[in-house]
Amino acid sequence: MRIFASIRIAGRALRRNKMRSLLTMLGIIIGVGSVIAAVSLTSGATKQVEDQVSSLGESVVTVFSGNFTSGAQRGGWGSAPTLTVEDAKAIAALPNVVGVSPEVRDREQVLANGLNWNTQVMGESPDYPQIRNWGISSGVMFADTDVRSLAKTAVIGQTVADELFPGVNPIGQTVRIRNLPFLIVGVLAPKGFNLFGQDQDDTIVVPYSSHMHRITTRTFVNSILVQAANDKVINSVQNDITELLLTRHRSKEQDFTVRNQLELMQAVTATSRAMGFLLAGVAAVSLIVGGIGIMNIMLVSVTERTREIGIRMAVGARAADILVQFLIEAVTLSAIGGGIGIAGGVLISDLVGYWQHMPTVTPFGWIGIAFASSAVIGVISGFYPAWKASQLDPIDALRYE
Amino acid sequence: MPINPVIKLDAIEKTYHTGEVDVHAVRGVSLDILPGEFVAIMGSSGSGKSTMMNVIGALDRPTGGHYWLDGIDVSTLDRDELADVRNEKIGFVFQGFNLLSRTTALENVEMPMLYHRERISAHEQRERAMHCLELVGLAKRGDHHPNQLSGGQQQRVAIARALVNRPTLLLADEPTGNLDTQTSIEIMGVFQKLNDQGITIIMVTHELDVARFTKRMIILRDGKVVTDKAVEPRSVAEKELQLLRQEQQAVKLVKE
Ligand SMILES: Nc1ncnc2c1ncn2[C@@H]1O[C@H](COP(=O)(O)OP(=O)(O)OP(=O)(O)O)[C@@H](O)[C@H]1O
Ligand SMILES: [Mg+2]
Repeated sequence: MRIFASIRIAGRALRRNKMRSLLTMLGIIIGVGSVIAAVSLTSGATKQVEDQVSSLGESVVTVFSGNFTSGAQRGGWGSAPTLTVEDAKAIAALPNVVGVSPEVRDREQVLANGLNWNTQVMGESPDYPQIRNWGISSGVMFADTDVRSLAKTAVIGQTVADELFPGVNPIGQTVRIRNLPFLIVGVLAPKGFNLFGQDQDDTIVVPYSSHMHRITTRTFVNSILVQAANDKVINSVQNDITELLLTRHRSKEQDFTVRNQLELMQAVTATSRAMGFLLAGVAAVSLIVGGIGIMNIMLVSVTERTREIGIRMAVGARAADILVQFLIEAVTLSAIGGGIGIAGGVLISDLVGYWQHMPTVTPFGWIGIAFASSAVIGVISGFYPAWKASQLDPIDALRYE
Repeated sequence: MPINPVIKLDAIEKTYHTGEVDVHAVRGVSLDILPGEFVAIMGSSGSGKSTMMNVIGALDRPTGGHYWLDGIDVSTLDRDELADVRNEKIGFVFQGFNLLSRTTALENVEMPMLYHRERISAHEQRERAMHCLELVGLAKRGDHHPNQLSGGQQQRVAIARALVNRPTLLLADEPTGNLDTQTSIEIMGVFQKLNDQGITIIMVTHELDVARFTKRMIILRDGKVVTDKAVEPRSVAEKELQLLRQEQQAVKLVKE
């Protein structure tokens, strides 16, 4: 088969009608572009979740107050007053538990160095950096004695350090929270944005006891972070915590929820995956629409060029030569459309990722699939018109006006 | 030993079934055409000349009779084999040129080589196409598109295209139909030169003057052969051209 000649003929025919060729490709361009953009954004999100799972460690269990698995919602995670510091202490005594941190959270306007800043203030135990696998970049974490003495000590995130102490070493300085001076003993290592686009470094960590008695007046905690010895004992630790808290709370209805990190992340991953499937479905539909567009234009083209087909047959083109020529035209259209769509999709996802602080992963597998499927669409949608062209009778085609 | 005919028609018939009446365009034509012949087919409009040419050119199948081309029974060939016969053995010059528009003269001439069974290198394609354009005196117009060429020039491109695969048989349906006298004579000069080189030529024409350049004249009426005779005396294109120029010269002299 004289493929090269056919490619040349097809290329010439397409160049002759540039605008029409471009419009014909548009369906494929949009289809492929949206697949690639959707997939690179969703797989970026999925990858970030996976990174967080591995950075948090799979052996972390979170106890939330309130039961969000039962039908009776009570205002969401960590809002119902059911968990106490005593619960956390009891959990710490369980076997295979290596770290516990009762957690209280609050947003505060803080002052330091003549500047002020609105940030999240969290009450935690000294185990917190270890549980969250979060290093201290300078200084130290506050100690157990600080918790017991309700000390006004604090560890700050990098963003807070940058905002309140530009060009100054924050260690040894004070930050005023609700007008109380807290001594800064350490700075947390930068951690970046989380899955929901929040800046994790925009935070101040103080002893939970100080938070509950000096900054706010609370008797309940939002949640309790628990670190198990390793990920093999995680299930038994989860069961132990559930049993322990049920006895301690003496309630028939479970008023807390125990989740390990993996389960939490799986929920998020499943959501983003479902989103990916939805977008891929939409994209598949527009690929089919693009294919119909190509078929339509190819049919028009065959009719327009009936005389050309007749001339080619008269000088010795076989039916297969004509078939291949028009097939190659259709495939060239859809493959170029696919190529433009891939480039556009990558570009769009990168731009969106840049503006929205979302990570993107260029999905090379999907790029291959997208390119191959647009070529296949070309073959499928081009086949009928090409076959029609190849079955023309040379005499009838020559007489066509 | 008798020479084998290039073309042997045996009771060829072609009937078109259109609507209620059948049109018998060709009704029982039997002919032998030997290698090296130069035949003119004449007849009034609708007498079946084009229909017969299409059958001889393996473009159309007869509805009756047998047709041997170079000893091959064409009626037994399938679509692809017919395409190969058209490609390798026959050069066809159509009544209306039938060049590809928006394609240069050179590319038009190269086209039949794209469909040749044996691959011809791009370089050789170019050379052969150029050679054929030279043969018809159009070497300088290779990169012109058909709409940039005169009717006579387009006809010559069509002849070059018909020659490029070195056919044994050249078929031309009214090659001078739309051309003035001088251009017609020039085209006939090309044909005579080719015929002298050994190519068998069959040509349809309305004009007796044009038929005089051939060697044998066949006249059709209502799809049947009514006359089949040698052309005597035969015109020679070069001489006719000279005569024409002298006449033109004379006209000019008289005017001055
Ligand atoms: N495709 C067709 N369908 C039906 N009838 C046809 C078809 N082609 C030709 N005919 C008829 O067959 C007869 C012969 O036609 P043909 O074209 O062979 O004539 P011709 O001798 O070439 O005429 P002209 O000198 O005008 O070109 C005519 O009566 C014509 O109407
Ligand atoms: Mg005719």
